[in-house]
Amino acid sequence: MKFAIQINSAPWAGEGCDTAYQFIRAALGLGHEIVRVFFYYEGAYHGMRRMSPPEDELPALRRWSELAAGQGIDLVVCISAAQRRGLLDQTEDGRAVKLEEEVAEGFRIAGLGLWVEACLKADRFLAFGG
Amino acid sequence: MKQFLFVMRRPPHEGIGVRESLDLLMTVAAFDQPVRLLFLDDGVFQLKSGQNPECLGAKPIVPLFSALEVYGIEELWVEEESLAQRGLRPESLILPTRGIKRGEVAGLVASADVVVAC
Repeated sequence: MKFAIQINSAPWAGEGCDTAYQFIRAALGLGHEIVRVFFYYEGAYHGMRRMSPPEDELPALRRWSELAAGQGIDLVVCISAAQRRGLLDQTEDGRAVKLEEEVAEGFRIAGLGLWVEACLKADRFLAFGG
Repeated sequence: MKQFLFVMRRPPHEGIGVRESLDLLMTVAAFDQPVRLLFLDDGVFQLKSGQNPECLGAKPIVPLFSALEVYGIEELWVEEESLAQRGLRPESLILPTRGIKRGEVAGLVASADVVVAC
């Protein structure tokens, strides 16, 4: 089965993103496909390269990059959600610059169209966190 | 083609969540997918007429809902019990809506391919 996943909570808030991560691991383990993981609302705080939590909290952030590298999962942070939260450097005309430099390994920044596309491609859409 | 259902349960002016949910909804409509919107619980206050958030320095949310028709989103469902429990009537709302009874909500949800809680 093909799953589209949406993550709505920040990495430090609640267990929504933990549950999502465990679900994805379990689904892949059973041979299912993850079409895309889309980070929206407070989920946009995921994958920001410059986050620097204490060393012992880092694994929770790095595991997404490891998932992308190991399983080829498409991790997409919503550009409008990230811009609202001041997570992207912007030029004077308001456009975000150098997006690939803002996000951690394995993440990319894109628009809501990719969320719709993932929903249309998947058999099931699941949202986690808030 | 998939039928999307957005379920609004939160009151207005509670952060930017509703605006971001409406962005999702309008993107779905821009992809020419059929969209329904269901207001439950405190979500029915989203459409209440006479809101004046400007006095709190907040941006009005009502124009966003009024614009939904432009996007071809015309199916706005409101749970009748949620309205009644809050002392509201369909005439208290800024837009024409379709009433649905609590017992019928499960059927509406089941008829959708993608359900988005917001």
